[in-house]
Amino acid sequence: MPINYYIFLSLALFIIGIIGVLTRRNVIIVFMCIELMLNAVNLLLVAFSKMHHLAAAGAGNAVNNVGSEGQLFVFFIMVVAAAEVSVGLAIIVMLYRNTRSVDINFLNRLKH
Amino acid sequence: MNALIFSALSGVAMMFSGILLHNKAAIRNLAIVLLLAVIVANIAELRGVSFFNINTAGLMAFDSFALLFSTIAAGATLVFFLLSGSDMEKVGSNFSDYFALIFFILCGVIISAAFQSLLMLFLGIEIMSIPLYILAGSDKRNLKSNEASLKYFLMGSFSTGIMLMGIALCYGAAGSFNLTSVAFDTAKIPVLLIAGMMLLLFGMSFKVSAAPFHFWTPDVYDGSPTVFTSFMATVVKAGGFIAFMRLFAESFNTIQGEWKLLVAIITAATLFVGNITAVFQQSVKRMLAYSSIAQAGFMMLAIYAINSDAKEGLLLYAAAYSLATIGIFAVLIRMQDYTFDGFNGFARQQPVVAAALVIFILSLAGIPLTAGFLSKFMMLRAAIANGSVWLVIFAVLMAAVSVYYYFRLIQAMYFKERTSGNALVFNASPAFTYTLVAVAAITIILGLFPSLLTYWLYF
Repeated sequence: MPINYYIFLSLALFIIGIIGVLTRRNVIIVFMCIELMLNAVNLLLVAFSKMHHLAAAGAGNAVNNVGSEGQLFVFFIMVVAAAEVSVGLAIIVMLYRNTRSVDINFLNRLKH
Repeated sequence: MNALIFSALSGVAMMFSGILLHNKAAIRNLAIVLLLAVIVANIAELRGVSFFNINTAGLMAFDSFALLFSTIAAGATLVFFLLSGSDMEKVGSNFSDYFALIFFILCGVIISAAFQSLLMLFLGIEIMSIPLYILAGSDKRNLKSNEASLKYFLMGSFSTGIMLMGIALCYGAAGSFNLTSVAFDTAKIPVLLIAGMMLLLFGMSFKVSAAPFHFWTPDVYDGSPTVFTSFMATVVKAGGFIAFMRLFAESFNTIQGEWKLLVAIITAATLFVGNITAVFQQSVKRMLAYSSIAQAGFMMLAIYAINSDAKEGLLLYAAAYSLATIGIFAVLIRMQDYTFDGFNGFARQQPVVAAALVIFILSLAGIPLTAGFLSKFMMLRAAIANGSVWLVIFAVLMAAVSVYYYFRLIQAMYFKERTSGNALVFNASPAFTYTLVAVAAITIILGLFPSLLTYWLYF
């Protein structure tokens, strides 16, 4: 498949994520949209990794590991996303204990 | 490498110290000793003595720029520990964990000063941010602190997502995460690279709170416990700028035509929004939050100029700004009332502290003989060398505006009497006063002999 398909797919996922972050009012859903953005990036990285690998193979370079760093990066994103989830959910639980709600309108109180 | 490993180990040691040591003063002293070890190890590496032989080729490069900035960041953290370390215990019960988290943040700052690969950029920024989300919310019962923490977390991970998309697109264009391989010659620039560069620019602007991506900053800085705001607004912000600088100097230097105008607009907007909004603030803490946006505008000039002057200037700026802001915050933490009126008659009661505070304020405003003046001067010189007179004129005008809100604090301290209400309560131990005076002295020495610092960059 041409690489453009992958690019459009992951950009679509990414933009759905951004729209979700900007419009949804529930903190958990906002958080899920952020995860969606990260996973769109993962998909794109894997696609690019394969693309660079195929390009190197097509050029006749007998290098097996071309493009492997893109896949490595995906693992790092997963690890960091897991760390972020653990901190983020802890923050949301703390918020819920104090306010009994997870609505994002709560954030507008600091303005005054 | 020395400082990175030492500081990671110190973080782990501090986590265990909470179990083993029950005396708060002992925990604080342990943190200070460990941080001193980090600084010594870092200076040793600056002189060419490396304790660990680890091959980080292609991932991190500990050149003199990275090492010098790590020294400045660790030094600013030391000043922060000495001045405000005892105030951390008022925030919550997990005293030793706060120190551990700060050591981990320091690791992130060191990585983002030394990265050579976009992978390390991402890891450095994240290691720097995630502990900060915790610190911002460390006052668990306080709603404002919760709110600041949540807002910081959502904005931080959102901008991480945008940055990651930028990195992925750059990887698609270049086929590698190395900074040098991302640098294309101007003849044929792939569209993917330009899109990736834009997203990276926006993501980094979020992290360093440059306008129009600054809207989270005042709320987060205002809501977080004041001790941690002090750290957040200085060391972490400077770390973000060093990463920004290295990324644009080494990767996107060749395609300057594509981003020059955009960065100029961001710089001007940051200067304008930061300075003009700071004028209307009634709370000193919120004024300092906007002032940090305004100072970020000046640091953006270094990103705009990208030359050797800008590199030197950014290092000096990081040192001057961090010292002055940590000093002002250290006094603010001990005040009962954070408004300008809370400082009325302060000079009469605490003449020495007030005098040190005046030096910090002058440094932030950029008055000659202080480090702040020279660092601003170097930024402007770098921008002029790059041929942008309009931006420089605008920056100078905005610096003149900043004098107004900084001097309001001096006016409150020296020329206003305490009229009514509660008496001024301010406990300054002799050690606190002496440290504050020493930091003020460093600010002036750096303003007179900046080569003491920049000399290390070139030998």
